[in-house]
Amino acid sequence: MSAPTSGGASRDGYGKGLLRIAEDPRVVVLEADLGKSTKSCHFRDEYPDRTVSLGIAEQNMMLVAAGMASSGKIPFASTFAIFTERAFEQVRNGIARPGLPVHICGSHGGIHTGTDGSSAQSIEDLAVYRTIPKMTVIHPCDDISAEELTAQLLDLNGPSYMRTARNKVPRMYEDGSNLRIGSGSVLREGGDLAIISCGVMVGVAISAAETLSNEGISCTVVDMHTIKPIDVELIAELSESCGAFVTAEDHSVIGGLGGALAEWLSTNTSTPLEMVGVRDSFGQSGGSSELMDLMGLNEAGICEAARRAISRK
Amino acid sequence: MGDGTEVDVGELEEMARRCRVDIVKMTHAAKSGHPGGSLSSIDCMVALYGTCLRFDTSNPDWDDRDRFIMSKGHASPAMYSILHQMGVLDEDDIMGFRTLGSVCQGHVDMNWTKGVDFSAGSLGMGLSFGLGCALSAKMDSSQRRIWVMLGDGETQEGQIWEAAMAANYHNATNLRVIVDRNRIQNDDFMDVQMEIGDIGEKFRSFGWTVKEVDGHDMSSLVDVVDWANSEDGGPVAIVANTIKGNGVSFMENNPSFHGKAPNDEELRIALEELS
Ligand SMILES: Cc1ncc(C[n+]2csc(CCOP(=O)(O)OP(=O)(O)O)c2C)c(N)n1
Ligand SMILES: [Mg+2]
Repeated sequence: MSAPTSGGASRDGYGKGLLRIAEDPRVVVLEADLGKSTKSCHFRDEYPDRTVSLGIAEQNMMLVAAGMASSGKIPFASTFAIFTERAFEQVRNGIARPGLPVHICGSHGGIHTGTDGSSAQSIEDLAVYRTIPKMTVIHPCDDISAEELTAQLLDLNGPSYMRTARNKVPRMYEDGSNLRIGSGSVLREGGDLAIISCGVMVGVAISAAETLSNEGISCTVVDMHTIKPIDVELIAELSESCGAFVTAEDHSVIGGLGGALAEWLSTNTSTPLEMVGVRDSFGQSGGSSELMDLMGLNEAGICEAARRAISRK
Repeated sequence: MGDGTEVDVGELEEMARRCRVDIVKMTHAAKSGHPGGSLSSIDCMVALYGTCLRFDTSNPDWDDRDRFIMSKGHASPAMYSILHQMGVLDEDDIMGFRTLGSVCQGHVDMNWTKGVDFSAGSLGMGLSFGLGCALSAKMDSSQRRIWVMLGDGETQEGQIWEAAMAANYHNATNLRVIVDRNRIQNDDFMDVQMEIGDIGEKFRSFGWTVKEVDGHDMSSLVDVVDWANSEDGGPVAIVANTIKGNGVSFMENNPSFHGKAPNDEELRIALEELS
Protein backbone atom coordinates (compact mmCIF):
# COMPACT_ATOMS: atom_id res chain seq x y z
CA MET A 1 0.00 0.00 0.00
CA SER A 2 1.41 3.36 -0.94
CA ALA A 3 0.14 6.90 -1.27
CA PRO A 4 -2.60 7.56 -3.84
CA THR A 5 -1.33 8.82 -7.17
CA SER A 6 -4.38 10.86 -8.12
CA GLY A 7 -5.84 13.90 -6.38
CA GLY A 8 -3.68 16.70 -5.08
CA ALA A 9 -0.85 17.22 -2.61
CA SER A 10 -1.01 20.40 -0.58
CA ARG A 11 2.68 21.10 -1.17
CA ASP A 12 1.92 21.49 -4.88
CA GLY A 13 -0.72 24.04 -3.96
CA TYR A 14 1.86 26.00 -2.01
CA GLY A 15 4.11 26.11 -5.07
CA LYS A 16 1.22 27.32 -7.25
CA GLY A 17 0.11 29.83 -4.64
CA LEU A 18 3.55 31.44 -4.68
CA LEU A 19 3.34 31.86 -8.43
CA ARG A 20 -0.11 33.40 -8.12
CA ILE A 21 1.18 36.21 -5.88
CA ALA A 22 4.55 36.53 -7.57
CA GLU A 23 3.67 39.69 -9.44
CA ASP A 24 3.76 41.55 -6.13
CA PRO A 25 7.42 42.62 -6.04
CA ARG A 26 7.50 42.38 -2.23
CA VAL A 27 7.22 38.60 -2.41
CA VAL A 28 10.54 36.83 -1.87
CA VAL A 29 11.18 33.12 -1.45
CA LEU A 30 13.76 31.56 0.85
CA GLU A 31 14.97 28.00 0.56
CA ALA A 32 17.13 25.64 2.62
CA ASP A 33 18.02 23.06 -0.01
CA LEU A 34 14.53 21.57 -0.13
CA GLY A 35 12.88 23.77 -2.74
CA LYS A 36 12.18 20.80 -4.99
CA SER A 37 10.38 19.13 -2.12
CA THR A 38 8.43 22.07 -0.72
CA LYS A 39 7.69 23.22 -4.29
CA SER A 40 9.11 26.70 -3.97
CA CYS A 41 11.30 25.58 -6.90
CA HIS A 42 8.68 26.77 -9.37
CA PHE A 43 8.99 30.31 -8.04
CA ARG A 44 12.77 30.01 -8.22
CA ASP A 45 12.57 28.98 -11.88
CA GLU A 46 10.55 32.05 -12.78
CA TYR A 47 11.96 34.59 -10.32
CA PRO A 48 15.55 33.68 -9.47
CA ASP A 49 16.29 37.29 -8.46
CA ARG A 50 13.73 37.10 -5.70
CA THR A 51 14.72 33.66 -4.47
CA VAL A 52 17.41 33.27 -1.84
CA SER A 53 19.11 29.95 -1.24
CA LEU A 54 20.45 29.68 2.30
CA GLY A 55 21.85 26.18 2.15
CA ILE A 56 21.12 23.60 4.81
CA ALA A 57 20.93 26.20 7.55
CA GLU A 58 17.39 26.68 8.81
CA GLN A 59 18.16 28.95 11.74
CA ASN A 60 19.88 31.44 9.51
CA MET A 61 17.03 31.25 7.01
CA MET A 62 14.44 32.29 9.60
CA LEU A 63 16.34 35.42 10.62
CA VAL A 64 17.26 36.35 7.05
CA ALA A 65 13.54 36.21 6.39
CA ALA A 66 12.90 38.42 9.42
CA GLY A 67 15.46 40.96 8.23
CA MET A 68 13.86 41.03 4.81
CA ALA A 69 10.40 41.47 6.31
CA SER A 70 11.71 44.39 8.36
CA SER A 71 12.89 45.91 5.08
CA GLY A 72 9.48 45.78 3.41
CA LYS A 73 9.59 42.34 1.79
CA ILE A 74 7.04 39.57 2.27
CA PRO A 75 9.20 36.47 2.69
CA PHE A 76 7.99 32.92 2.19
CA ALA A 77 10.48 30.50 3.75
CA SER A 78 10.06 26.77 3.46
CA THR A 79 11.67 23.51 4.41
CA PHE A 80 10.31 20.25 5.84
CA ALA A 81 7.96 20.80 8.76
CA ILE A 82 10.32 18.93 11.04
CA PHE A 83 13.31 21.11 10.11
CA THR A 84 11.45 24.34 10.72
CA GLU A 85 11.33 23.08 14.29
CA ARG A 86 15.12 23.25 14.55
CA ALA A 87 14.63 26.99 14.30
CA PHE A 88 11.72 27.13 16.72
CA GLU A 89 13.34 29.70 18.96
CA GLN A 90 14.39 31.75 15.95
CA VAL A 91 10.77 31.79 14.81
CA ARG A 92 9.57 32.66 18.28
CA ASN A 93 12.08 35.38 19.09
CA GLY A 94 13.17 36.59 15.68
CA ILE A 95 9.92 36.53 13.71
CA ALA A 96 6.83 36.30 15.90
CA ARG A 97 7.88 38.52 18.79
CA PRO A 98 8.46 41.54 16.56
CA GLY A 99 5.35 40.50 14.58
CA LEU A 100 7.11 40.40 11.22
CA PRO A 101 5.13 39.12 8.24
CA VAL A 102 7.23 36.05 7.50
CA HIS A 103 5.34 33.06 6.11
CA ILE A 104 6.88 29.74 6.99
CA CYS A 105 5.86 26.63 5.17
CA GLY A 106 6.67 23.24 6.62
CA SER A 107 6.09 20.52 4.06
CA HIS A 108 6.03 16.76 4.57
CA GLY A 109 4.10 17.15 7.81
CA GLY A 110 2.61 14.18 9.60
CA ILE A 111 2.76 10.39 9.60
CA HIS A 112 1.37 10.46 6.04
CA THR A 113 4.89 11.40 4.90
CA GLY A 114 5.54 7.67 5.03
CA THR A 115 8.63 5.77 4.11
CA ASP A 116 11.24 8.30 5.27
CA GLY A 117 10.35 7.21 8.78
CA SER A 118 9.91 8.96 12.07
CA SER A 119 12.72 11.52 11.73
CA ALA A 120 10.82 13.19 8.89
CA GLN A 121 7.29 12.86 10.27
CA SER A 122 6.52 15.98 12.24
CA ILE A 123 3.62 15.24 14.59
CA GLU A 124 4.07 18.28 16.81
CA ASP A 125 4.53 21.29 14.50
CA LEU A 126 0.96 22.57 14.72
CA ALA A 127 1.15 22.38 18.50
CA VAL A 128 4.44 24.19 18.90
CA TYR A 129 3.63 27.02 16.51
CA ARG A 130 0.15 27.40 17.99
CA THR A 131 1.70 28.31 21.34
CA ILE A 132 3.46 31.36 19.91
CA PRO A 133 1.60 34.67 20.26
CA LYS A 134 0.73 36.45 16.98
CA MET A 135 1.22 33.32 14.85
CA THR A 136 -1.42 32.19 12.40
CA VAL A 137 -1.30 28.41 11.91
CA ILE A 138 -2.74 26.83 8.80
CA HIS A 139 -2.95 23.27 7.50
CA PRO A 140 -4.76 22.90 4.19
CA CYS A 141 -6.20 19.59 3.05
CA ASP A 142 -5.45 19.54 -0.67
CA ASP A 143 -3.64 21.41 -3.41
CA ILE A 144 -6.57 23.64 -4.38
CA SER A 145 -7.10 24.98 -0.87
CA ALA A 146 -3.36 25.24 -0.22
CA GLU A 147 -2.97 27.42 -3.29
CA GLU A 148 -5.79 29.72 -2.23
CA LEU A 149 -4.67 30.02 1.39
CA THR A 150 -1.07 30.62 0.36
CA ALA A 151 -2.21 33.46 -1.89
CA GLN A 152 -4.25 34.95 0.97
CA LEU A 153 -1.13 35.12 3.16
CA LEU A 154 -0.05 38.09 1.07
CA ASP A 155 -2.53 40.26 2.97
CA LEU A 156 -1.94 38.77 6.41
CA ASN A 157 0.06 41.39 8.21
CA GLY A 158 1.81 39.07 10.65
CA PRO A 159 3.74 35.81 10.88
CA SER A 160 2.30 32.47 9.86
CA TYR A 161 3.12 28.81 9.75
CA MET A 162 1.54 26.59 7.10
CA ARG A 163 1.95 22.85 7.15
CA THR A 164 1.63 21.05 3.85
CA ALA A 165 1.65 17.34 3.12
CA ARG A 166 3.90 15.42 0.80
CA ASN A 167 1.42 13.02 -0.75
CA LYS A 168 -1.62 13.32 -2.90
CA VAL A 169 -5.06 12.88 -1.40
CA PRO A 170 -8.53 13.12 -2.95
CA ARG A 171 -9.42 16.75 -3.66
CA MET A 172 -11.99 18.37 -1.39
CA TYR A 173 -12.38 21.50 -3.51
CA GLU A 174 -12.82 22.23 -7.17
CA ASP A 175 -12.12 25.84 -6.57
CA GLY A 176 -10.95 27.52 -3.42
CA SER A 177 -12.38 30.97 -3.88
CA ASN A 178 -14.79 30.69 -0.94
CA LEU A 179 -12.06 29.77 1.53
CA ARG A 180 -10.97 32.35 4.09
CA ILE A 181 -8.07 32.19 6.53
CA GLY A 182 -9.66 31.93 9.97
CA SER A 183 -13.02 30.50 8.86
CA GLY A 184 -13.65 26.79 9.04
CA SER A 185 -15.08 25.41 5.86
CA VAL A 186 -18.23 23.27 6.23
CA LEU A 187 -18.03 20.46 3.68
CA ARG A 188 -21.03 18.43 4.80
CA GLU A 189 -23.94 19.17 7.10
CA GLY A 190 -25.59 16.87 9.65
CA GLY A 191 -27.19 17.25 13.06
CA ASP A 192 -25.83 14.43 15.28
CA LEU A 193 -22.11 15.10 15.41
CA ALA A 194 -19.48 17.45 14.03
CA ILE A 195 -16.20 16.09 12.73
CA ILE A 196 -13.59 18.83 12.77
CA SER A 197 -10.64 17.84 10.65
CA CYS A 198 -7.59 19.21 8.93
CA GLY A 199 -5.01 18.19 6.35
CA VAL A 200 -5.07 14.70 4.93
CA MET A 201 -7.71 13.66 7.48
CA VAL A 202 -10.41 15.82 5.89
CA GLY A 203 -10.99 13.32 3.10
CA VAL A 204 -11.01 10.49 5.62
CA ALA A 205 -13.59 12.40 7.68
CA ILE A 206 -15.83 12.71 4.64
CA SER A 207 -15.72 8.94 4.06
CA ALA A 208 -16.36 8.28 7.73
CA ALA A 209 -19.40 10.59 7.63
CA GLU A 210 -20.74 8.57 4.71
CA THR A 211 -20.32 5.32 6.64
CA LEU A 212 -21.89 6.80 9.76
CA SER A 213 -24.88 8.04 7.80
CA ASN A 214 -25.63 4.41 6.90
CA GLU A 215 -25.87 3.77 10.65
CA GLY A 216 -28.29 6.66 10.96
CA ILE A 217 -25.73 9.11 12.37
CA SER A 218 -25.73 12.34 10.45
CA CYS A 219 -22.49 14.33 10.60
CA THR A 220 -21.27 17.77 9.84
CA VAL A 221 -17.72 17.75 8.46
CA VAL A 222 -15.52 20.82 8.75
CA ASP A 223 -12.20 21.46 7.06
CA MET A 224 -10.61 23.47 9.87
CA HIS A 225 -7.68 24.60 7.74
CA THR A 226 -6.87 27.44 10.13
CA ILE A 227 -5.85 25.97 13.48
CA LYS A 228 -5.07 29.39 14.89
CA PRO A 229 -6.96 31.60 15.27
CA ILE A 230 -9.50 28.81 15.43
CA ASP A 231 -13.03 29.57 14.26
CA VAL A 232 -14.76 29.67 17.66
CA GLU A 233 -17.99 31.05 16.19
CA LEU A 234 -18.38 27.96 14.07
CA ILE A 235 -17.46 25.68 16.98
CA ALA A 236 -20.00 27.40 19.22
CA GLU A 237 -22.69 27.03 16.58
CA LEU A 238 -21.92 23.34 16.05
CA SER A 239 -21.81 22.76 19.77
CA GLU A 240 -25.46 23.89 19.83
CA SER A 241 -26.62 22.17 16.66
CA CYS A 242 -24.69 18.86 16.88
CA GLY A 243 -23.84 18.52 20.57
CA ALA A 244 -20.82 16.26 20.07
CA PHE A 245 -17.42 16.56 18.39
CA VAL A 246 -14.70 14.41 16.91
CA THR A 247 -11.42 15.94 15.79
CA ALA A 248 -9.29 14.23 13.16
CA GLU A 249 -5.71 15.21 12.42
CA ASP A 250 -2.45 13.66 11.27
CA HIS A 251 -0.71 15.16 14.31
CA SER A 252 -0.35 14.45 17.98
CA VAL A 253 -3.57 14.66 19.98
CA ILE A 254 -1.54 16.88 22.31
CA GLY A 255 -1.77 20.52 21.42
CA GLY A 256 -2.92 20.47 17.80
CA LEU A 257 -6.43 20.71 16.36
CA GLY A 258 -7.86 18.41 19.04
CA GLY A 259 -6.04 20.36 21.72
CA ALA A 260 -7.37 23.64 20.37
CA LEU A 261 -10.95 22.36 20.43
CA ALA A 262 -10.53 20.81 23.86
CA GLU A 263 -9.29 24.11 25.27
CA TRP A 264 -12.27 26.01 23.97
CA LEU A 265 -14.98 23.41 24.59
CA SER A 266 -13.91 22.55 28.12
CA THR A 267 -13.97 26.17 29.23
CA ASN A 268 -17.17 27.18 27.41
CA THR A 269 -19.39 24.11 27.13
CA SER A 270 -19.93 20.59 28.40
CA THR A 271 -20.09 19.20 24.88
CA PRO A 272 -18.27 15.85 24.53
CA LEU A 273 -15.17 15.67 22.35
CA GLU A 274 -13.23 12.65 21.12
CA MET A 275 -9.91 13.01 19.35
CA VAL A 276 -8.44 11.03 16.50
CA GLY A 277 -4.74 11.71 16.09
CA VAL A 278 -1.31 10.37 16.93
CA ARG A 279 -1.41 9.09 20.49
CA ASP A 280 1.88 10.38 21.83
CA SER A 281 4.15 8.07 19.89
CA PHE A 282 6.63 8.33 17.03
CA GLY A 283 5.97 6.85 13.63
CA GLN A 284 8.16 4.53 11.55
CA SER A 285 8.79 3.73 7.92
CA GLY A 286 5.95 2.39 5.86
CA GLY A 287 3.38 3.29 3.25
CA SER A 288 1.14 6.23 4.11
CA SER A 289 -2.06 4.28 4.45
CA GLU A 290 -0.36 1.39 6.27
CA LEU A 291 0.96 3.83 8.85
CA MET A 292 -2.33 5.69 9.14
CA ASP A 293 -4.10 2.36 9.78
CA LEU A 294 -1.49 1.32 12.31
CA MET A 295 -2.01 4.52 14.25
CA GLY A 296 -5.80 4.58 13.98
CA LEU A 297 -5.84 7.61 11.69
CA ASN A 298 -8.49 6.12 9.44
CA GLU A 299 -12.17 5.85 8.77
CA ALA A 300 -12.67 3.14 11.41
CA GLY A 301 -10.89 5.29 13.98
CA ILE A 302 -13.18 8.23 13.25
CA CYS A 303 -16.33 6.07 13.30
CA GLU A 304 -15.45 4.57 16.69
CA ALA A 305 -14.67 8.00 18.09
CA ALA A 306 -18.00 9.26 16.73
CA ARG A 307 -19.95 6.54 18.49
CA ARG A 308 -18.10 7.24 21.75
CA ALA A 309 -18.78 10.96 21.49
CA ILE A 310 -22.48 10.43 20.80
CA SER A 311 -22.79 8.01 23.71
CA ARG A 312 -21.43 10.73 26.01
CA LYS A 313 -24.08 13.28 24.98
CA MET B 1 36.63 61.36 6.24
CA GLY B 2 35.98 60.12 2.74
CA ASP B 3 33.27 62.73 2.17
CA GLY B 4 35.58 65.54 3.18
CA THR B 5 33.82 66.49 6.41
CA GLU B 6 36.06 67.05 9.40
CA VAL B 7 35.54 64.75 12.33
CA ASP B 8 36.22 66.20 15.74
CA VAL B 9 37.60 63.19 17.62
CA GLY B 10 37.50 65.10 20.89
CA GLU B 11 33.80 65.72 20.45
CA LEU B 12 33.18 62.03 19.83
CA GLU B 13 35.20 61.14 22.93
CA GLU B 14 33.05 63.52 24.90
CA MET B 15 29.91 61.93 23.53
CA ALA B 16 31.25 58.50 24.51
CA ARG B 17 31.92 59.79 28.01
CA ARG B 18 28.35 61.04 28.33
CA CYS B 19 27.09 57.69 27.04
CA ARG B 20 29.13 55.91 29.71
CA VAL B 21 27.54 58.10 32.36
CA ASP B 22 24.10 57.13 31.00
CA ILE B 23 25.04 53.47 31.03
CA VAL B 24 26.07 53.37 34.67
CA LYS B 25 23.17 55.58 35.75
CA MET B 26 20.51 53.57 34.01
CA THR B 27 21.78 50.19 35.18
CA HIS B 28 22.11 51.57 38.71
CA ALA B 29 18.53 52.89 38.63
CA ALA B 30 17.22 49.58 37.26
CA LYS B 31 19.32 47.63 39.77
CA SER B 32 19.98 45.25 36.88
CA GLY B 33 21.22 45.18 33.31
CA HIS B 34 24.55 44.69 31.57
CA PRO B 35 27.08 47.46 32.04
CA GLY B 36 30.23 45.51 31.06
CA GLY B 37 29.41 44.78 27.42
CA SER B 38 27.76 48.19 27.04
CA LEU B 39 30.91 49.99 28.12
CA SER B 40 33.10 47.87 25.85
CA SER B 41 31.04 48.52 22.72
CA ILE B 42 30.17 52.17 23.23
CA ASP B 43 33.23 53.72 21.56
CA CYS B 44 32.63 51.72 18.38
CA MET B 45 29.00 52.81 18.35
CA VAL B 46 29.83 56.46 18.90
CA ALA B 47 32.40 56.31 16.10
CA LEU B 48 29.73 54.91 13.83
CA TYR B 49 26.71 57.01 14.83
CA GLY B 50 28.90 60.10 15.09
CA THR B 51 30.27 59.84 11.56
CA CYS B 52 28.95 57.78 8.67
CA LEU B 53 25.76 56.03 9.80
CA ARG B 54 22.87 57.46 7.77
CA PHE B 55 20.26 58.03 10.44
CA ASP B 56 17.78 60.86 10.83
CA THR B 57 17.12 61.67 14.48
CA SER B 58 13.94 63.53 13.58
CA ASN B 59 12.68 60.55 11.56
CA PRO B 60 14.17 57.37 13.06
CA ASP B 61 11.83 55.20 10.95
CA TRP B 62 13.08 56.61 7.65
CA ASP B 63 12.87 53.63 5.27
CA ASP B 64 16.20 54.17 3.61
CA ARG B 65 18.25 54.67 6.79
CA ASP B 66 21.32 52.56 7.39
CA ARG B 67 20.51 49.80 9.84
CA PHE B 68 22.26 49.15 13.12
CA ILE B 69 21.57 45.68 14.43
CA MET B 70 22.51 45.29 18.08
CA SER B 71 22.77 41.54 18.02
CA LYS B 72 24.18 41.36 21.56
CA GLY B 73 20.91 42.79 22.79
CA HIS B 74 21.85 42.73 26.46
CA ALA B 75 24.11 45.71 25.74
CA SER B 76 20.91 47.72 25.38
CA PRO B 77 22.16 50.47 27.71
CA ALA B 78 24.76 51.33 25.06
CA MET B 79 22.02 51.61 22.42
CA TYR B 80 19.76 53.70 24.64
CA SER B 81 22.60 55.99 25.67
CA ILE B 82 23.37 56.74 22.01
CA LEU B 83 19.71 57.40 21.25
CA HIS B 84 19.57 59.61 24.33
CA GLN B 85 22.65 61.59 23.36
CA MET B 86 21.26 62.01 19.86
CA GLY B 87 17.96 63.30 21.19
CA VAL B 88 15.73 60.39 20.17
CA LEU B 89 15.15 59.30 23.78
CA ASP B 90 14.86 61.63 26.73
CA GLU B 91 16.23 61.33 30.25
CA ASP B 92 12.97 59.88 31.63
CA ASP B 93 12.99 57.23 28.94
CA ILE B 94 16.44 55.92 29.80
CA MET B 95 15.92 56.20 33.54
CA GLY B 96 12.83 53.98 33.16
CA PHE B 97 15.09 51.23 31.78
CA ARG B 98 13.70 47.77 32.64
CA THR B 99 10.59 49.05 34.44
CA LEU B 100 7.02 48.17 33.53
CA GLY B 101 5.88 49.88 30.34
CA SER B 102 9.26 51.51 29.65
CA VAL B 103 10.32 52.15 26.06
CA CYS B 104 13.75 50.94 27.22
CA GLN B 105 13.18 47.21 27.48
CA GLY B 106 15.78 44.94 29.08
CA HIS B 107 16.99 43.82 25.68
CA VAL B 108 16.75 46.04 22.60
CA ASP B 109 13.36 45.73 20.95
CA MET B 110 12.33 47.32 17.65
CA ASN B 111 8.67 47.36 18.67
CA TRP B 112 9.31 49.35 21.82
CA THR B 113 12.02 51.87 20.94
CA LYS B 114 12.23 54.36 18.09
CA GLY B 115 15.61 54.02 16.43
CA VAL B 116 16.09 50.35 17.29
CA ASP B 117 16.23 48.13 14.21
CA PHE B 118 16.15 44.64 15.74
CA SER B 119 14.53 42.76 18.60
CA ALA B 120 17.36 40.97 20.31
CA GLY B 121 17.91 39.09 23.55
CA SER B 122 18.66 35.74 22.04
CA LEU B 123 22.28 35.66 20.96
CA GLY B 124 23.37 34.49 17.54
CA MET B 125 20.51 35.84 15.44
CA GLY B 126 21.48 39.39 14.50
CA LEU B 127 23.92 38.65 11.72
CA SER B 128 21.29 36.61 9.88
CA PHE B 129 18.78 39.42 10.34
CA GLY B 130 21.33 41.91 9.09
CA LEU B 131 21.93 39.73 6.06
CA GLY B 132 18.20 39.78 5.33
CA CYS B 133 18.27 43.59 5.52
CA ALA B 134 21.35 43.67 3.30
CA LEU B 135 19.84 41.42 0.62
CA SER B 136 16.65 43.49 0.63
CA ALA B 137 18.63 46.71 0.21
CA LYS B 138 20.36 45.21 -2.81
CA MET B 139 17.08 44.03 -4.33
CA ASP B 140 15.79 47.57 -3.92
CA SER B 141 18.98 49.06 -5.39
CA SER B 142 19.36 51.07 -2.20
CA GLN B 143 22.72 52.36 -1.02
CA ARG B 144 21.89 51.67 2.61
CA ARG B 145 24.44 49.82 4.69
CA ILE B 146 23.78 47.35 7.43
CA TRP B 147 25.93 47.31 10.55
CA VAL B 148 25.76 44.43 13.01
CA MET B 149 27.31 44.49 16.47
CA LEU B 150 28.28 41.04 17.74
CA GLY B 151 29.66 39.91 21.07
CA ASP B 152 32.72 37.68 20.99
CA GLY B 153 31.03 35.10 23.21
CA GLU B 154 28.09 35.32 20.84
CA THR B 155 30.25 34.01 18.01
CA GLN B 156 30.15 30.62 19.74
CA GLU B 157 26.63 30.30 18.29
CA GLY B 158 26.66 28.22 15.12
CA GLN B 159 24.11 30.45 13.42
CA ILE B 160 26.71 33.24 13.24
CA TRP B 161 28.77 31.06 10.92
CA GLU B 162 25.76 30.01 8.87
CA ALA B 163 25.21 33.70 8.26
CA ALA B 164 28.91 34.42 7.63
CA MET B 165 28.95 31.74 4.95
CA ALA B 166 25.74 32.97 3.34
CA ALA B 167 26.78 36.65 3.37
CA ASN B 168 29.79 36.14 1.18
CA TYR B 169 28.03 33.65 -1.06
CA HIS B 170 25.30 36.21 -1.67
CA ASN B 171 27.87 38.96 -2.13
CA ALA B 172 26.47 41.14 0.64
CA THR B 173 28.82 44.03 -0.05
CA ASN B 174 26.63 46.28 2.08
CA LEU B 175 26.94 44.20 5.26
CA ARG B 176 29.29 45.27 8.08
CA VAL B 177 30.08 43.49 11.31
CA ILE B 178 31.75 44.82 14.42
CA VAL B 179 32.85 42.16 16.89
CA ASP B 180 33.22 43.47 20.43
CA ARG B 181 36.28 41.39 21.31
CA ASN B 182 36.33 41.90 25.08
CA ARG B 183 37.33 38.29 25.80
CA ILE B 184 34.67 37.85 28.47
CA GLN B 185 31.31 36.16 28.24
CA ASN B 186 28.62 35.57 30.89
CA ASP B 187 30.22 33.19 33.36
CA ASP B 188 33.87 33.98 32.91
CA PHE B 189 36.71 34.80 30.51
CA MET B 190 36.32 33.14 27.14
CA ASP B 191 39.56 31.22 27.46
CA VAL B 192 38.05 29.55 30.52
CA GLN B 193 34.60 28.96 29.02
CA MET B 194 35.24 28.24 25.34
CA GLU B 195 37.99 30.05 23.52
CA ILE B 196 37.07 30.58 19.90
CA GLY B 197 40.52 31.72 18.77
CA ASP B 198 41.12 34.11 15.90
CA ILE B 199 37.65 35.42 15.03
CA GLY B 200 38.93 37.63 12.21
CA GLU B 201 40.60 34.64 10.57
CA LYS B 202 37.36 32.71 10.71
CA PHE B 203 35.46 35.51 8.94
CA ARG B 204 38.31 35.75 6.42
CA SER B 205 38.05 32.05 5.68
CA PHE B 206 34.41 32.64 4.74
CA GLY B 207 35.53 35.29 2.27
CA TRP B 208 35.08 38.43 4.36
CA THR B 209 37.42 41.40 4.42
CA VAL B 210 38.63 41.90 7.98
CA LYS B 211 40.47 44.53 10.00
CA GLU B 212 41.38 44.62 13.67
CA VAL B 213 41.30 47.81 15.67
CA ASP B 214 41.78 49.10 19.18
CA GLY B 215 38.14 49.41 20.18
CA HIS B 216 38.77 52.30 22.55
CA ASP B 217 40.96 54.51 20.38
CA MET B 218 38.49 56.96 18.88
CA SER B 219 40.64 58.20 16.07
CA SER B 220 41.48 54.65 14.90
CA LEU B 221 37.81 53.75 15.19
CA VAL B 222 36.78 56.70 13.06
CA ASP B 223 39.29 55.65 10.42
CA VAL B 224 38.28 52.00 10.39
CA VAL B 225 34.58 52.78 10.28
CA ASP B 226 35.20 55.17 7.40
CA TRP B 227 37.24 52.52 5.60
CA ALA B 228 34.60 49.84 6.17
CA ASN B 229 31.84 52.16 5.05
CA SER B 230 33.44 52.74 1.68
CA GLU B 231 34.63 49.18 1.01
CA ASP B 232 32.51 47.46 -1.57
CA GLY B 233 34.34 44.26 -2.40
CA GLY B 234 32.26 42.05 -0.11
CA PRO B 235 31.10 41.82 3.48
CA VAL B 236 33.41 43.45 6.01
CA ALA B 237 34.16 42.55 9.62
CA ILE B 238 35.90 44.75 12.15
CA VAL B 239 37.30 42.97 15.17
CA ALA B 240 37.46 45.61 17.89
CA ASN B 241 39.78 44.68 20.71
CA THR B 242 38.05 46.06 23.75
CA ILE B 243 38.01 45.93 27.51
CA LYS B 244 34.80 44.81 29.12
CA GLY B 245 33.63 47.53 31.51
CA ASN B 246 35.95 50.08 29.90
CA GLY B 247 36.00 53.44 31.63
CA VAL B 248 35.04 52.29 35.12
CA SER B 249 38.06 50.87 36.93
CA PHE B 250 36.39 48.19 39.02
CA MET B 251 34.29 46.96 36.10
CA GLU B 252 37.23 46.67 33.72
CA ASN B 253 38.06 43.10 32.80
CA ASN B 254 35.76 41.95 35.54
CA PRO B 255 33.40 39.16 34.48
CA SER B 256 31.10 39.84 37.43
CA PHE B 257 30.03 43.16 35.87
CA HIS B 258 28.75 41.41 32.77
CA GLY B 259 25.24 41.38 34.15
CA LYS B 260 25.37 43.23 37.45
CA ALA B 261 24.41 46.81 38.14
CA PRO B 262 26.51 49.16 40.26
CA ASN B 263 25.23 49.78 43.79
CA ASP B 264 25.02 53.30 45.27
CA GLU B 265 28.67 53.47 46.30
CA GLU B 266 29.85 51.95 43.04
CA LEU B 267 27.78 54.46 41.10
CA ARG B 268 29.38 57.31 43.03
CA ILE B 269 32.88 56.06 42.20
CA ALA B 270 31.97 55.37 38.59
CA LEU B 271 30.55 58.86 38.07
CA GLU B 272 33.63 60.37 39.68
CA GLU B 273 35.88 58.42 37.32
CA LEU B 274 33.78 59.45 34.34
CA SER B 275 33.60 63.13 35.22
C1 LIG C 1 21.01 32.15 22.82
C2 LIG C 1 21.41 32.77 24.12
N1 LIG C 1 22.04 32.02 25.05
C3 LIG C 1 22.39 32.55 26.23
C4 LIG C 1 22.12 33.85 26.52
C5 LIG C 1 22.47 34.43 27.89
N2 LIG C 1 23.57 35.41 27.77
C6 LIG C 1 23.34 36.73 27.76
S1 LIG C 1 24.74 37.63 27.55
C7 LIG C 1 25.70 36.23 27.49
C8 LIG C 1 27.18 36.34 27.27
C9 LIG C 1 27.49 37.10 26.02
O1 LIG C 1 28.84 37.28 25.86
P1 LIG C 1 29.38 38.21 24.71
O2 LIG C 1 28.70 37.86 23.45
O3 LIG C 1 30.84 38.13 24.72
O4 LIG C 1 28.82 39.65 25.12
P2 LIG C 1 29.59 40.84 25.84
O5 LIG C 1 30.85 40.32 26.41
O6 LIG C 1 29.83 41.84 24.78
O7 LIG C 1 28.64 41.33 26.88
C10 LIG C 1 24.91 35.09 27.64
C11 LIG C 1 25.43 33.72 27.65
C12 LIG C 1 21.43 34.60 25.54
N3 LIG C 1 21.06 35.87 25.74
N4 LIG C 1 21.12 34.04 24.35
MG1 LIG D 1 32.39 39.32 25.31
